Amino acid sequence: MTGRPFSLDQTLNTLAAWLLALMWILPLVYAVWTAIHPGAYEARFVLTAPLTADNFIAAWNAAPFARYFLNTFLLVTLILAGQFLLCTLAAYAFARFTFPGRSILFTLVLLQLLVMPDILIVENYKTMRLLDLVDTIPAIALPYIASGFGIFLLRQTFLTIPRELDEAARIEGASVLGILWRVYIPLAKPTYLAYGLVSVSHHWNNFLWPLIVTNSEETRPVTVGLSIFSAIDSGIEWSVINAATLMTTAPLLIAFLLFQRQFVQSFMRAGIK
Amino acid sequence: MTSHRSVRFRRDWIHGWLLLLPAMVFLFAFTHIPAITTIINSFYSTPRGRREAKFLGLTNYERLLDDAVFWKVLGNNLWFALGTIPMSVALAIVMALWVNDKMAGRGFLRMAFFTPTVLPLIAVANIWLFFYTPGFGLIDQLTSSLFGWSSVNWLGDPATALNAVIVVTVWKEAGFFMIFYLAALQAIPVTLTEAARIEGASRWTIFWRITFPLMMPTTLFVSINAVINSFRLVDHIFILTDGGPDNASSLLLFYIYETAFRFWETGYGATLTVVLLLLLSLMAIGQFFLFDRRVHYK
Repeated sequence: MTGRPFSLDQTLNTLAAWLLALMWILPLVYAVWTAIHPGAYEARFVLTAPLTADNFIAAWNAAPFARYFLNTFLLVTLILAGQFLLCTLAAYAFARFTFPGRSILFTLVLLQLLVMPDILIVENYKTMRLLDLVDTIPAIALPYIASGFGIFLLRQTFLTIPRELDEAARIEGASVLGILWRVYIPLAKPTYLAYGLVSVSHHWNNFLWPLIVTNSEETRPVTVGLSIFSAIDSGIEWSVINAATLMTTAPLLIAFLLFQRQFVQSFMRAGIK
Repeated sequence: MTSHRSVRFRRDWIHGWLLLLPAMVFLFAFTHIPAITTIINSFYSTPRGRREAKFLGLTNYERLLDDAVFWKVLGNNLWFALGTIPMSVALAIVMALWVNDKMAGRGFLRMAFFTPTVLPLIAVANIWLFFYTPGFGLIDQLTSSLFGWSSVNWLGDPATALNAVIVVTVWKEAGFFMIFYLAALQAIPVTLTEAARIEGASRWTIFWRITFPLMMPTTLFVSINAVINSFRLVDHIFILTDGGPDNASSLLLFYIYETAFRFWETGYGATLTVVLLLLLSLMAIGQFFLFDRRVHYK
């Protein structure tokens, strides 16, 4: 496609691509516009509009966002730690051990890709009430810790590691867990990074289950906090709502813009079977 | 030799089971057992206070058949799936082709297409809500200044509410699916398309005869994801329309939420969940057979 100095086809394609990209980015640009300008400019686009940080300050003071951020941070950390531990052990079992029931158990793991905890809200809520965990951060995290996707992804990675490596470690006297720790985990680092990014962004953004299972400031993650803050009848200015919206997504958005290549590659890696 | 081997095997069994145990406990506790109790509870009444759940037989299912809201929501969900899946998959392919091309500013293009993916759906809804606001929302301003249209209440009109929700969903999803197509495109050997071009094949022919068939496994993967998402993505509805007006934009999972957590009818909520589980398994089976024959290119 390159090499030719000018081609109509290529030019039209580039134009269309740019047009779509601008359309795609417009909502975000617009949110930034209203958030950094006074309320009077939320529908008036003049380049000379004065900049202000007041909207962010107003949003920050209007709701306990610091607490919400802390909750989300704890939640995402808890989920990621749990997923890494459980999925690693399970993936290792599926990749390197033969035992009765292996294939049926693996099918049950894959089944979770279809029937996610997200849709079993009614029963999972009952379970949480039974465990007396309603309105706690672990209650938000627990259903997601044994991730079928994570087990599958790590198993695929572990399968590509040559068996000679763990034979060698075995001869040197490494235990089952020792081999996992010294051979498999270090070699699967890119997969852990990919899965970690996907998992963090997914659970940072999760809304429905946290909404159901939390009901106090001390446990609510930012997504639920934001939805309460911007509830239609709250009468808060648009520019302030947009500032809050940007604020809650800022950590992910900034991380994404800084590590764009890694993000995209991680999502790609996570998607290839 | 054989005894040594069988000891090794037995030890493998125990190691395998022990390694799996923690994950399986959680998997069963929060996915498989709830899925089964959902089915059981769909035959029972909702327990209230001291009154325990009573066995009702098929009463909940009879109610389901007579429930006009359920049918409406089911129809909405079908429309939502039809509106979001082909559109976001097609856009994803086009985006991936563009970004994969050596096009001016492809870094910007990739960033623009992918950014919605990292935003929470709830935040996305907040931003779009303002776009749709009648009168001074951006869409109304554009249509009135360009075409002189009068103000439209996109989210408040039953005729447009669901479509407005669909637009937001496509915007959010297309960039995510683009990534998978990008990966697929990069796996296609350049020599293949190069050879076709030397033979004089047009871009269009190359796409339909080479690229698209080779991306079939990705299309299968992406469309399964898209189907699951069409039943799972309801976050934005909470902000945009709250299911209204008159359930015009309510989806099945949203209705389950309303039934179980706003009206606290968990028995009927379980019955509705059974429908969702059934639909998901039907679609998985259907898609598997539909695509199965055409996917084996690798």
